[in-house]
Amino acid sequence: MANTRSATGIPNARLITWWVIASEIVIFGGLLSVYLMHRLGHPEWGAAASHTNTWAGAFNTFVLLTSSLCAVLAHKAADAHDGQRAAKLLRLATLGGLIFLTVKGFEWTKDVHEGFVLSSGGFWSYYYTLAGLHGLHVLAGMVIMLIVAADAAKNQELQRVECIGLYWHFVDIVWIFLFPLLYIAR
Amino acid sequence: MATKSRVHHANYAEIWAILVALLLVSVGGSMSSTRGVVLVAAFGVALVKAYLVAKYFMHVNVEKRWVPYLLLVMIAFVVIFFVGVAPDVMKHGGLHWSNDAAKQAVESGMKAAPKHE
Repeated sequence: MANTRSATGIPNARLITWWVIASEIVIFGGLLSVYLMHRLGHPEWGAAASHTNTWAGAFNTFVLLTSSLCAVLAHKAADAHDGQRAAKLLRLATLGGLIFLTVKGFEWTKDVHEGFVLSSGGFWSYYYTLAGLHGLHVLAGMVIMLIVAADAAKNQELQRVECIGLYWHFVDIVWIFLFPLLYIAR
Repeated sequence: MATKSRVHHANYAEIWAILVALLLVSVGGSMSSTRGVVLVAAFGVALVKAYLVAKYFMHVNVEKRWVPYLLLVMIAFVVIFFVGVAPDVMKHGGLHWSNDAAKQAVESGMKAAPKHE
């Protein structure tokens, strides 16, 4: 298969995944940087930030960490050529993503009902943009994990399990930084 | 087919337990009234958590050496961007310029929520 070939010492599939992650670092890094510099220049945003629910953010962090654990265990199972177990673990990781998005949905519904929308101020613009972009990445990861799991269950394309795992861990790392920025720093 | 594993699989449950413990530390620290404690609990712990995920879950340390270098170069670009732009955004005035809109936003915002400063 083309994606198991290697011209760089790394199989092409994994190489591409690392390139995707490298470009994502600049995308999220740029957005986080702009938020951070505005946040530091606007102490009054602390009042808006105090409306976010720390417990919901912490629960979602727990969910993503657990989901990441499932993804790395799926990689371990794929290395042992146990596609069935890898598929099961990837589906569990996907369930974690679903729980994460559900909690986010409840949070956003509450925020909107309280009148905090995208145009409510600088903090809320960044809050919805950052969490929304991250949520889209979670959604994309869930779809890809289900596709990879379908093949893995038939013991096919097991090298993809590690690749989607890498992406999923990166999404987890982004949230690790979003949590203190949006939920703790007030 | 799966490629031959280059990875030594660690005790992932143990790493996960450490990550969850660190999460509890950051949540606990966020309740402190001391600003320094909150910042260390929030961002210091986040850095440690990110390091653990990158090392043990993503296995960056056993990847080809240019991969971590590539990621570090991207992070360096972000830092350069921050250092270059931050002074103009974080400060609302300089020798020959003044961002009056930002000054007014801070002033009116702080009046509306005095308990946060």
